[in-house]
Amino acid sequence: MRIARRRTAAVLLLGVSLFAAACNSGGDNGGGTKTDEKVELTFWTWVPNIDKVVEKWNSTHPNIHVTASKQAQGDEEVTKLLTAAKAGSPPDLAQVEYQALPTLVSNDVLADIKDKVGNAKSDFADGVWQTVTLGSDAVYAIPQDVGPMMLYYREDLFKKYGLTVPKTWEEFAATARAARKKAPKSYLTTFSSGDPGWFVGLAQQAGASWWGVNGDTWSVSVNDPATKKVTDYWSGLVAEGVVDSKPMYTPEWNKSLNDGTLLAWPSAIWGPGVLAGNAADTKGKWAMAPLPQWVAGENKTGSWGGSTTAVTEGSKHKDAAAQFAVWLNTDPEAVAALVREGGIYPASKAAQAGPALATAPDFFPNQPDFYVTAKGIADTAAGFTFGPNVNVAYSAYKDAFAKAIADKAPFGGALDTMQTTTLDDLKKAGFKVAG
Amino acid sequence: MSVDATPAGRSRKRTAPNLVPYVFLAPAVVLFTLVLLVPIGYTAYLSFRKVKVSGLGLGKGSRKEIFAGLDNYQATFTDPELWAGALRVLGYGAILLPAMLLSALLFALLLDAPRTRFARFGRIAIFLPYAVPSVVASLLWGFLYLPAVSPLHYVLERFGVEGPDLLGQGSIVGALANIGVWGGVGFNMIVIYTSLRAIPRELFESARIDGCSEWQIAWRIKIPLVTPALIMTTVFSLIATLQVFTEPTTLAPMTNSLSSTWTPLMKIYRDAFVRNDLYSAAATSIVIAGITLILSFGFLRAVQNRAFGSEDQ
Repeated sequence: MRIARRRTAAVLLLGVSLFAAACNSGGDNGGGTKTDEKVELTFWTWVPNIDKVVEKWNSTHPNIHVTASKQAQGDEEVTKLLTAAKAGSPPDLAQVEYQALPTLVSNDVLADIKDKVGNAKSDFADGVWQTVTLGSDAVYAIPQDVGPMMLYYREDLFKKYGLTVPKTWEEFAATARAARKKAPKSYLTTFSSGDPGWFVGLAQQAGASWWGVNGDTWSVSVNDPATKKVTDYWSGLVAEGVVDSKPMYTPEWNKSLNDGTLLAWPSAIWGPGVLAGNAADTKGKWAMAPLPQWVAGENKTGSWGGSTTAVTEGSKHKDAAAQFAVWLNTDPEAVAALVREGGIYPASKAAQAGPALATAPDFFPNQPDFYVTAKGIADTAAGFTFGPNVNVAYSAYKDAFAKAIADKAPFGGALDTMQTTTLDDLKKAGFKVAG
Repeated sequence: MSVDATPAGRSRKRTAPNLVPYVFLAPAVVLFTLVLLVPIGYTAYLSFRKVKVSGLGLGKGSRKEIFAGLDNYQATFTDPELWAGALRVLGYGAILLPAMLLSALLFALLLDAPRTRFARFGRIAIFLPYAVPSVVASLLWGFLYLPAVSPLHYVLERFGVEGPDLLGQGSIVGALANIGVWGGVGFNMIVIYTSLRAIPRELFESARIDGCSEWQIAWRIKIPLVTPALIMTTVFSLIATLQVFTEPTTLAPMTNSLSSTWTPLMKIYRDAFVRNDLYSAAATSIVIAGITLILSFGFLRAVQNRAFGSEDQ
């Protein structure tokens, strides 16, 4: 209790000092309020070096000043956003992942900006645009980046162990077995119970879509045949002992990426950034290939991550905020800066083929056509409908799959648990749900 | 209200009738109300509410807060995961409490023993881990536990022994209790030690003249006299144990053995901030707070005579 109290006090103190700092900076910038109506916007985002991009906006838009505030990625920011909105003090703009949009919209956190975005729609692929409208005629966010999935593998070690790059999941399983034989201390890859977004991407590729809308009724199909197929596939590989089952994003995982005891990583377009940060010693040793396919000769992939810029319902300057959101994600110079400084893979169609992506990531000097290959893969990303309780499904994934792995049980039961938990949660809240 | 003791003060009392005590009380009362009573009241209020969504739940106004009656409490009491978590915490406490308090007592007695050298250094060294924030402590220990990065496993491997997976299902409770002991011994040791230092030295001197060994002094004089301190540290530790949260939450992403509902507080956090269901989290909070109160006061009552009996006489 003592410890908890001390922490609370520290957090409060930190909060107060941040608040004071915010007031100070507000005061500095608001110096010219008397002469011109200057709008102050706050923007929650986790894109690295976003300040440099925001700086471009601020220097060309003297009347709308944006202050970027660095946030934790993903779920944590959603939690913070929900809490801030409930408390009545959300930021004006926030970076929001695609899967979090329905949750936030359902909680009335995001504003409908359809009459403020002009013809931004034409800059994005239809499938991407559909995820920010949630299939309605509203517009809840402007797409920023997309995360088509691909396979990263250690080119040097594949050569050393005589492994071939798998084109199908069947070949992937064979490669996993061969890798264990050639290098008994290594695994081809790991199945992570800590990353529901990763699993969703793999399920998307197989044709899953966990939520659906029919009129005013939701449907939940987490354990549909496609997801079952993916689940049983990985369950088998883990049970056989040819794929590791330790979570990703742990100190242990970083070390395995570095020392070559993990040979491949099914990941997304932003993978090079993670590899550069977590396995710096392996520069130039990785290569990227399309994700293995379920049917030989097909070209399909799923998405892991990707985010949007959204305007909050609580913002007092929705017009200015929407203007910034559109600029940030469609203006050629802004998107190019996002790509260069922030390392994102843009959702904007023009930017995907733009000059900022002409050269491969620094970490992949051995694959000069990285982004050409990537664009080819990105175009094959499958669509997916997210529901209003993705948070519940994701947290159920973490618990149920971790338990199955710890108990050495088949994963099928965990998938059924996810389905029940997700469905029951919607019903309990009063959503109209089929089934 | 009361009659003033001095008759001379009577006329002054008319002009400022007993205002002073209230002015002095005001800051405490205001703070107590603002930071304790209001949040508790709001939590209690929320625990009887719930959200009702209509249709798809996407349009404006499709989400309404309504009165829930005892629904949230019923859900809390019938949730097997919550009680499984409570059982896990009991197992954790069964390791942590004796290990931490006994070693705190032992260290305090050792530091208080007359022939101890480096007492000052020892005191600081034992206290230091308490100054390490528990998130940092958990990360530190997490690195020591994870086989691929642990120096322990590195050394064992040199000897051809495969190290145990300390974050595995069988050892996770012990691994967590270890972090608690490491971080908690110092604080409890200081409390007991301070109480030991407050005992008049003459007692020990006369005991020594009577032929007591240091062991007998510790057992028959020191420990009985620091019993109130022992009870206080036990109550604090008991409450801290029931509220264990930071350590398992920090370690959870590193292992498959810790679920998001591993302890009751973690479940409350998940319900409130991951599932965005403040209402059932509020109900569970109230229940947990009630149980903590009952256990703490129950323990105090049970040991009351032993602890404070001498003062009552």
